Amino acid sequence: MSRAETTVRQENPRARSPLWTLGLLRSELTTTFRRWRTLALLAVLAAVPVLIGIAVKIETGDGSPAGGGGGGDGAGPAFLTQITNNGLFLVFAALAATLPVFLPMAVGVVAGDAVAGEANAGTLRYLLVAPAGRTRLLLAKFTSTMVFCLVATLVVAVSALVTGALLFPLGEVTTISGTRIGFGDGLVRAVLIAAVVAASLVGLAAIGLFVSTLTNSGVAAMATTVGLLITVQILDTVPQLDAIHPYLFTHHWLSFTDLLREPLYWDEVLDNLGLQALYAAVFGSAAWARFTTKDITA
Amino acid sequence: MEELSAVNSEAVIDTRGLTKRFRGGQLAVDGLDLAVPAGSVFGFLGPNGSGKTTTIRMLMGLIEPTSGTATLLGRPVPRAAHSVLPEVGALIEGPALYGFLSGRDNLVRYDSADPAADPRTRRARVAAALDRVGLTAAGSKKAKAYSLGMKQRLGLASALLRPRRLLVLDEPTNGLDPQGMREIRSLVRELAADGTTVFLSSHLLDEIEQVCTHAAVMARGRLIVQGPVAELAAGARGRLVVTTPDTADAARVLKELGVTGLTVAEDRVTGELPPGDADLADLNAALVRAGVRVRSFGVERASLEDAFVALTGEGFDVAG
Repeated sequence: MSRAETTVRQENPRARSPLWTLGLLRSELTTTFRRWRTLALLAVLAAVPVLIGIAVKIETGDGSPAGGGGGGDGAGPAFLTQITNNGLFLVFAALAATLPVFLPMAVGVVAGDAVAGEANAGTLRYLLVAPAGRTRLLLAKFTSTMVFCLVATLVVAVSALVTGALLFPLGEVTTISGTRIGFGDGLVRAVLIAAVVAASLVGLAAIGLFVSTLTNSGVAAMATTVGLLITVQILDTVPQLDAIHPYLFTHHWLSFTDLLREPLYWDEVLDNLGLQALYAAVFGSAAWARFTTKDITA
Repeated sequence: MEELSAVNSEAVIDTRGLTKRFRGGQLAVDGLDLAVPAGSVFGFLGPNGSGKTTTIRMLMGLIEPTSGTATLLGRPVPRAAHSVLPEVGALIEGPALYGFLSGRDNLVRYDSADPAADPRTRRARVAAALDRVGLTAAGSKKAKAYSLGMKQRLGLASALLRPRRLLVLDEPTNGLDPQGMREIRSLVRELAADGTTVFLSSHLLDEIEQVCTHAAVMARGRLIVQGPVAELAAGARGRLVVTTPDTADAARVLKELGVTGLTVAEDRVTGELPPGDADLADLNAALVRAGVRVRSFGVERASLEDAFVALTGEGFDVAG
């Protein structure tokens, strides 16, 4: 198909403005974000930080001592104990809480449904005879799934920031290393962390898209993707499989906490981003190879 | 313009030995040689499971042929599908819509999938397409609230978003009431009058007979016949029909005069005319001379259905 498309482009020298080719991506984005399912997923993600915030508020509201200003490594990556001192920590706590389950599940649903859902509804054949072009359609699907990863992460972060600001005081941030940085610096760190968390989901999104090209059932693709996610997370906890752990796409997910150190500690974060890029390349290519040669019978 | 007329003079759809064998060995289409002349309204007939939809999907680049070639508007598919398909409107196996989008937004979605469609004229073209199928009033309603007939109309609208040189309509009147069917037929005639070639698959023979200039018949993956509708119908000979209270006498006289395949049902005697140019007036005179009281006398013109049954030998049942 790709060979066909390049020859066609030579045959058809009429210049197309970039706007025309981006039309499909824009349509893809509006279609994705107008689905009730997408909005429901985002609503659930927005609710998680609110629930955490309220729970922490109730726990500490009855006079029991706040978790401790000492912060530090003993508290682990959950940051829960520091929320009462600084609402900004609700952002880190909420991202740490949603990254293992809620966020990837939402991404698995959207990515798994991307192609299979259209095939299931029969709309895929009309997009292809429009003609959307298989490579172009897959790129639009991949990009809109990436955008969903980012939006989902931002929904958690913004909801957490608003909830944190309403329920708790804001102020200087105590880093994991024990030093203190200003609130503005802390906010920059939060944005950086949200971006890294969103990028952590890219590998899973590529897997979901590949699975989506294998079947004509949206539900099957979503279930398979989420099932794979759970399997990988279980494998990541089995010590006997130590050798493969660094290659599992979930392995470095919680490394984003390194960005709360002073100075920033990048090693594992970069490992994570590299691994996600590798997964995106491998499964993106597999999805492309499958989708461009597939007989569309649905 | 020269190029256009050159393309117009040849077949709009042309397949050579087009074959599709699915994984699992099922031969869905077997060596199809189809030629659809430009400007025709081409009826594509066949029982369910005869390979019509698989053929259409191969023409649209959705399915890769196992062997053989196909050209659409003079260009090879699926290789040149990207440049040909903007000029082809299609309705394949019924409409498929996004239920959570309005009818209008469904069309906007399909139009943005076409890289050759100008986004600046999109709103206007969508409105025109809705108007053409009579859905302007329901354009803002969510598609999931549409009746089957309205969905079918919206599917047609998506095929009419841009001026097309070829329309491929797979069972376009499915789910429509008689009024809707009439509207579709007049729409097809209107489009054909504008010079659009219409490729229409259907299992409704009288529909094909009413609108099509040409037809092809498929059975079990093979093309049985193709040609102008008038010739196909002429292939099946008309039957002599005599209505009389004296059926036994009538049958005896007609048999003596060379009429074959006589059947008697109540007061009707029917049979096949003898070969050659037997004058019907002589037959009638002979009957009257023999004292047969004739109520009516005539030849029933062969319908396409007779032709179809004669060709497939099996009638219009699902292929096994």
